[in-house]
Formats: sequence, structure tokens, C-alpha cells
Amino acid sequence: MTPFVFLALLQDGLTSGAIYLLLAMGLLIVFSVTRVIFVPQGDLLALATLTVAQLQAGGVPGTLWLLDALALAALLGEIAGGRTTRRTLAAWLIYPAALTAACWFGPRTDPWFAMLLGIAIVTPFGPLAWRFVFRPAADASLLALLILAMALHFVLAGVGMVLFGPDGASVAPLTSATLMAGPLAISGQSLAVVAICAALVGGLRWFFGATLTGKALRATASDRLGARLVGIDAAESGARAFALAAFVAALSGVLIGAVTPIAYDTGFEIGLKGFVAAIIGGLASYPAAAAGAVLVGVLESLGSFWASAWRDVIVFALLIPVLAWLSLRQRAAGEP
Amino acid sequence: MTGKLLTVAGLRAGYGSVAVLQGVSLDVAAGQIVAIVGPNGAGKTTLMSAIMGLLPRQGEVRLDAAAAGSTAAMVAAGVVLVPETRALFADMSVADNLLLGAYPRRRAARTDRDAARADVFALFPRLAERRHQHAATLSGGERQMLALGRALMARPRLLLLDEPSLGLAPRIVRDIFRVLADLRTRGLSILLVEQNARAALDIADYGYVLELGEIVLEGPSAELAHDARVIATYLGTGRQT
Repeated sequence: MTPFVFLALLQDGLTSGAIYLLLAMGLLIVFSVTRVIFVPQGDLLALATLTVAQLQAGGVPGTLWLLDALALAALLGEIAGGRTTRRTLAAWLIYPAALTAACWFGPRTDPWFAMLLGIAIVTPFGPLAWRFVFRPAADASLLALLILAMALHFVLAGVGMVLFGPDGASVAPLTSATLMAGPLAISGQSLAVVAICAALVGGLRWFFGATLTGKALRATASDRLGARLVGIDAAESGARAFALAAFVAALSGVLIGAVTPIAYDTGFEIGLKGFVAAIIGGLASYPAAAAGAVLVGVLESLGSFWASAWRDVIVFALLIPVLAWLSLRQRAAGEP
Repeated sequence: MTGKLLTVAGLRAGYGSVAVLQGVSLDVAAGQIVAIVGPNGAGKTTLMSAIMGLLPRQGEVRLDAAAAGSTAAMVAAGVVLVPETRALFADMSVADNLLLGAYPRRRAARTDRDAARADVFALFPRLAERRHQHAATLSGGERQMLALGRALMARPRLLLLDEPSLGLAPRIVRDIFRVLADLRTRGLSILLVEQNARAALDIADYGYVLELGEIVLEGPSAELAHDARVIATYLGTGRQT
């Protein structure tokens, strides 16, 4: 391998690593606040790519109608339960109505408009998944929650197949510029992906470190009983965590969809790689998960050069030593 | 005659099919400290959880003569529980723990929160020194100070304390109980359950003895402290821990 090839592979690896980092953060946020391992995050990623691709091609995506239907169901549920507040009305009536209008009358073939609209359509599926699937089982065991998450993955993959068909689709890149650094071509898209991920990481740090809402989410993750006793609403915290995770998944779908075509069933595998990164962080540490994400991305990229058929084997085999090390360390620290 | 803040009548609660409380009745008058003493396993923690709405309850729990609601409603009505485990946010700073204690009053003015924090720091100067440390790094006594401080940030009307002396050195227990007596003079009502009967009855106005999920004895705490059965079982002749 020449240094030139190595640098090109490194660039690819860092770009996918940045995506895996976003997904790993979404998983960590949801897991620490609600104990749900959010397997369907990858499916939301695929739905976002497919939604944006269809918008950019001039169509009206089926996910919009699905969102309208589920939001209506959520709204009726709140009304039936007598819990209608200004916030539920805004979330389940005004927001979907505004999106529908924007899709109908807006310039949806404009690449940027389509991207923002697509992210806005897919993000509410996070809180909806919480509302209809996980919140009713919030006190269930970790295993039951994981089984629910797996079931939701199959449902969402099926929905993606029905709404968008079996073919993969790509979205327009954010930029088609290319920087030349000597003989190495650095794609503007790669730079944009890394920059957006860095900005989002900074934004999340600020959100969790400086805002009361962010601190309330950390409090729920830190001590469930304590959070309840200071009046933090666990249902609201869960909805926020799922909204954040769905948002980063949708954003990832838009970013990665410009590099690789995404089909209804591709998202799961990408989500799993984010999961590997999160596991390297012990499902608790954000810096370790970030290092894990970069490691997974670079390893995958180098692996595809040396032995492309073994690419995924190498990445997922990484889990075994990592889990062994984590469990040994945990035992050494005297935790159960 | 002061009004009754909390009324509990015929309260039954437990875990699943295991009934722990067999119909408990008690009152907390406004501005009073009421102590519930009893041995391990008497149902003291269950009683606190049931009053707070953390467990399903049967029977009557009234706050200001209105039926008590869910945990969230109790917190919103100014009832704050400091549980036996303290339930601190261990990986967050002392300052953030206190800030989150004011969460029920998050819509109040910022100056209001700052005043509450100044009060807490005046009661527990140690917390001001440690405000940037993680709660997990605090000593047992400091953790209890933080738990109390976090509860006070909500400016509660009724404080429920589950074993505030648990695991603390006698000198720190004295400090904590002095603060509780001080809080009463500011109009706060306190219901505390304690194994350390001597410390609890020393500061309380009224006391109950809870055994096997039932109130077996009650009275003004000065009388209770001289009751032959209480002395034999809970106070003894030497120091109790």
C-alpha cells in the first residue's frame, strides 16, 4: 500500500467514522435515558435517505403520510387521555400540518430544502416510537426492551420496502467541490460531513452541559428515582432522547446517502456499526465511543482494501475482544 | 391549633402481593417535626414511598385536606422526599444537583433560585466549597447534606426524610439534626423515619412507633421518650446507633 492509497482510505474511513460517531451518540443518549438499545436507528437513517431522494426527484414521500397518520393517532390518544397541552398540539397537529404544507407547496426538488424537509419528517418517528412502542413498556426488563427494539427494526425495514421499493437511492451531495492536496483529492463532501459532525458534537456538549433541559436528561440517566423526586417527567425525557437520536439518524442518512446508495435494508448494518462504536464506549462514555467510531470507520476502510469480502467480519469481530475486555475491567472494578 | 398539613388514614401498601403496611394512620401538623421510629423491616421506607406515590396505595393520603395525587403532583405541591439511598446524581456536580433540585420551580425567576441556593450554602458551607465536585466524590455526611440541600432547593412545605442518620458519624448526625430543628423554626414541616430513635425523638414534636407495618404507639415525643416500652426497645441505657 502506498502512502497515497493509505491517505485516500483514511479519508474514507474518517468520513464513515464521523457518521458512526453520530449514530453512537444517538444510541448512548437513548440507552442512558430510557435503557432502550435503539436498534431501529439505522432504519430511520435509511428512511431519511429514501425520503430526501424521493423529494429531490419531485415525489411526495410515503413517510410524510405515515407521519401524519401516526401523529393523528398520538393526538387522539392524548385527547382521549385528557392530557392535551399546548405542547402536544404543537407536536402532533401543527408540526405535521406545517410539514405537509411545506412539502405540497414548497420547492421540494431544491436539494437543500429537500434535505431539511426530509430530516424534519423523519425526526418525529423517534418520539413516536417512544410513545407507541417503548413508553408503554418503560418499566420492562432490558431484554424485553431489546426484543421490542428488534421487532420495531423489522417493522420499519418492512415499511421502508413498502413505501420506497427495494432499490437503493442516493441524495445530492452537499457540495461537489474537491480540494487538491498534492496528488490527494479531498472531497468537499467528506470535509462537510466531518465539519457537521464536529459541530453537532459541540452542540450536544453545550446542550448537556449548559441547559436545564439537557441537565434534566442527564439526571434521568444518572438516577431514575432522583430525577422523579425532583419532578422531572420521565415520559418527556424519553421523548426528548428519542427525538435527538432520530434527528442524528436522519442527518446521518442525508450525509451518507450522498456517498453510498442506501436501500430500505442498508440502514440496519450502518446502525450496527454505530452500535459497535457505542459498545466500545461501554454504552456510557462519549469520548470512548468517539474513538470507537473512528476506529470502526478506519478499520472498515482499510479492510475493504486488503480483503473487501472480510470487511464486515473484521468490524464485527472487533466486538468480541472489546466485550471481553469491558467485562474483565468491570469485574475488576467490583461491579456486578 | 395549627392546621393539618398531611393526613394519612388506613394506609395499606406493599410490593406486589406482599402487604407491608397494614393500615397506618398518622398526621403531620404544619410547622411540626414528626418522627416515626421502628426497627428494620417495620415498613418505614414503604410508608415514605407510599405517601410520595412511588408505590400504589390503598387508603387515604391527604395534603391540605385534598386527596394526594401522583409523585409528580406531590412534588408540584411542595412535598419532597429524601430517600434512604439519597438518589443523588452521582456523575454530576454539586452545583448541578442543587440546580436540578429547583426543577419543580424552573419557571420561577432566576433570582428566586439564586436565593434558595444562597440559603442552602448558608446552612451547609461545605457544599459551597465543593460545588464543582462530582456528587460521587463526596463523603457520606456531605452526600446527606447535598441530598437535603437539593430537597430544599424546591422550597418545600413538607420534607419527608428516610433515615437521615443512616451511615453517618455521630457528630455529623448531630449537625444534620440541628439543621432540621433550625428548618422547623422557618416554618418547614418534616416527617422523618429513623432507626436512631433518640436523635429523632430529641428534635421531634410528635412521634409514632411503627412495628410490622402497624402504628403500635404514639404521643408527644417528650412523653414517648419516657415510655417504658420505648426505652426498653429503642433507647436502651447506652447509646443507640
